[in-house]
Amino acid sequence: MPKIDDIATQAKDSASKLGIKKFDIYGSTVDETSVQVEGGEPKQVKASNRSSVIVRVWNEENTVGVTSTTDVNSEGLELALKTAYEASFFGVKEHVPDFSPEASVPIEDSSNGKTAQAPVSQLIDNLIQAEKELLNAHPAIKGVPYNGMSQRDLERFYLNSEDALRTEARSYASLYLYSKTEEEGKKPRSGGAFRISHSLNDLDVQGCLKEAAEKTISHLNYEKVKSGKYRVVFSPEAFLSLLGAFSNLFNAQNILDKQSLSTPDSLGTEIASPFLCVADDARHPDNVASTLFDGEGTPTRRVELIRNGVLSHFLHSVGTAKRMNQNPTGHGNIGAKVTVSPHFYHVYSGVAAEQEYSLETAENVIFIDDLQALHAGVKALQGSFSLPFDGWMVNQGERISIESATVAGDFLDVLKSIIFLEKEAELTPGGICPRVWVEELSITGE
Amino acid sequence: MHPSPLLLTKELPTLHYTSTPNRFDESWEAPLATLLGVGRAAGADFVEFFLERVNYISCLAEDDIITSISPRLSTGAGVRVFRGHADCYVSTNDLSFSGLKAALEKALSIQGLQLPAPNAHIPEINLELLRDYATKRGKDTWLSQCSSMREMGEVLLDANQQLNLKASHVQSRRATYFRDWQEVLIASSDGTFARDIRLTQSVGYSLLCADGANRSSINQRAGNTSDPGFLRSWDYKSTAEDVAESAGKMLYADYVESGTYPIIMANQFGGVIFHEACGHLLETTQIEKKTTPFADKKGEKIAHESLTAWDEGRSESAFGTIDMDDEGMPAQRTLLIENGILKNFIADRAGSVRTGHPRTGSGRRQNYTFAAASRMRNTYIAPGNYTNEDLFASIDKGIYCKKMGGGSVGATGQFNFGVDEAYLIENGKITKPLKGAILIGEATEIMHKISMCSQDLGLAAGFCGSVSGSIYVTVGQPHIKVDSITVGGR
Repeated sequence: MPKIDDIATQAKDSASKLGIKKFDIYGSTVDETSVQVEGGEPKQVKASNRSSVIVRVWNEENTVGVTSTTDVNSEGLELALKTAYEASFFGVKEHVPDFSPEASVPIEDSSNGKTAQAPVSQLIDNLIQAEKELLNAHPAIKGVPYNGMSQRDLERFYLNSEDALRTEARSYASLYLYSKTEEEGKKPRSGGAFRISHSLNDLDVQGCLKEAAEKTISHLNYEKVKSGKYRVVFSPEAFLSLLGAFSNLFNAQNILDKQSLSTPDSLGTEIASPFLCVADDARHPDNVASTLFDGEGTPTRRVELIRNGVLSHFLHSVGTAKRMNQNPTGHGNIGAKVTVSPHFYHVYSGVAAEQEYSLETAENVIFIDDLQALHAGVKALQGSFSLPFDGWMVNQGERISIESATVAGDFLDVLKSIIFLEKEAELTPGGICPRVWVEELSITGE
Repeated sequence: MHPSPLLLTKELPTLHYTSTPNRFDESWEAPLATLLGVGRAAGADFVEFFLERVNYISCLAEDDIITSISPRLSTGAGVRVFRGHADCYVSTNDLSFSGLKAALEKALSIQGLQLPAPNAHIPEINLELLRDYATKRGKDTWLSQCSSMREMGEVLLDANQQLNLKASHVQSRRATYFRDWQEVLIASSDGTFARDIRLTQSVGYSLLCADGANRSSINQRAGNTSDPGFLRSWDYKSTAEDVAESAGKMLYADYVESGTYPIIMANQFGGVIFHEACGHLLETTQIEKKTTPFADKKGEKIAHESLTAWDEGRSESAFGTIDMDDEGMPAQRTLLIENGILKNFIADRAGSVRTGHPRTGSGRRQNYTFAAASRMRNTYIAPGNYTNEDLFASIDKGIYCKKMGGGSVGATGQFNFGVDEAYLIENGKITKPLKGAILIGEATEIMHKISMCSQDLGLAAGFCGSVSGSIYVTVGQPHIKVDSITVGGR
């Protein structure tokens, strides 16, 4: 990919040639390698070095058009600017997007930057070893059908015609292991784990292995669960996936589009149990994928969304913030229509519970480890969900895996029915969260 | 004149081919043949190049305003190198000769191979005469015949007005359209040299209605490949009526009572049941991973004798139609199941190499950043001999699943999918609307429970996500009866 300064110069030259006075560009380049193995041999290695930019152009009538392209040479940029200019005449006339007022505000850079990539052979060797150890963890584990180890360098930039320029670079390494069992007379069972870090050397391979093995083995002893209402405990990952599925609650653009369970007047209302606090914190020190600025160049920050059960803030782009008389929060994604999305949730308890619960002593609770098919079973605009899950029936510490069951409910009811958040939080790729106890939900089994 | 592909490697660093930049044509033969020869000379068993150009645009109308027109221009290439059963895939945005050579060199090095030494001869790769489906079938003019930005906006705004006329308790109306124009060129060391243009379009509605605490959201989408005038022919008036009626019925629907029921699944998008519960499990990708219970069942009965199913590369205008797959193989019509007996699997090149099943023209990928994998195209259950009345009459208490949502299948063959619009069946009649249903089951069990197929085969456009990205597919079936299935709800 050309250097960012070169792109800026080329874009300015092309814009000047085309008579375009106001524009901005968001771009990224990715250099990544991933490996998969099977039966002790490499199966597929993938590598990619690719780049893309999205340009926004304001015309004389102050309407905006965009175009994205993978051609970041001067010809490609010129064509993109030209196409965006053509599209600008179909842009919205009300609430026209504008540059971020914070696009040039200095950012205190606490990023970890890039790390050197390991040789591909090292990825393959590490993954083959992990596969071998997982297969040896239990005689019933017959395969690791889904596995992968990858490393990625990512560079992002934002620039505009008023000389704002931001850049950042990051490196990531990740591992997933998903094993499957086969036992005579029993249904195949499976379980998996995922880890991400800044470099291959930091990657918690043993932790991933241990978790994948323990989960898979824990599902060997399985039973159908009787349909009914149960007290439910969500694992951190399960609760965060549900929270993510209903993120329209906090999304200012969704709210303005009437595509949300909230309205502009919802701030200050009690929407959850007082135990629940939720923040979105892109720069949380534990967030491996932390990011310093959003697609509009606005610096990211911590935003308290729910404080002691009360809806306290929305996530904003430049445009939504202006319309709702707020400050942008660094959650905008550049585009013809600027969208808003969360970065990294931090869920915690704000109020000490009068009664504490434990899976070691609780009787007949359902522990939901992983929710599936969220794309099919979540009605985000209705607030309802009906989802298959992986989990266990837990009775005084004893766990029995549940075969083929669904959990259903209304998300706002779930928030209000939270009776306890455990003290110990877990780090997941989507955020930090403890186990969350919910008074009662419908479970369908047999 | 292009240099001969039979060359000494010492000439390689100085080669500078100039191919037509805005069209994939015969001028790409010399550079690609040279690079394929280099790959083979280095010791690769098989080398393949996939080149792609995309001109995409989407348009969104919200209520009575166009809020987004988003063009995207993209070019890229991928090179795949096989050594034994292992393959390596490297992708790049750089389509210059040196860019493609760098990608090849990286792929070779990952496979433990090096560019041949100076003075080594590079074997000649005799590519076939360009098999140009685009020119042969008149596709070169398709892009210019598609709707302009202005026309997209006018159609969608008109459509949204129709929705406002037909629906009540409207909270938000959305009409969306996209056009995905893709030109591909594939060249591989077995002599494959083929070009195609694909034009995929989709248009649809998203309606949200609310009345106090009652809410309903209905999405409906139509898709087409191969017709540049598709948007102009979209019958948005009758679609608006249909969407408004569904939303109205679901607005005050009760939540489904969970349990095990016989169900009738409507035709068209009801075909998602076969897609999730069986289709994915017939892909060689699943055989390789040992995640399908059907791996060793070819020739055996895996479904009810009433069930016959196909996966077709070419169905006129259907969403998953391709003339050739992304490995340059002409798309086939593949009989999957005949009267309950498993006949064939869905195979790509890598799957064929690793499992021994013959390729079926099913190697597909979202774009140049993915290696091709065995993927479905237009997949459907064939019509049977029953009438819809026969199906309903056979059920005392069950559920009619009229509109399906998405679904998925896991590593153990357990599948699930959501139902967007459902009704209770009592004594053979539809009695009341239901919402919140999700269906779950085991693939091996459910296939034996599809006991009745009606005569009204219908196809529907869908999107399928898997190892090689999100691709366009068709699902389909006539109305079918499933004797029993677990229905999750409140």
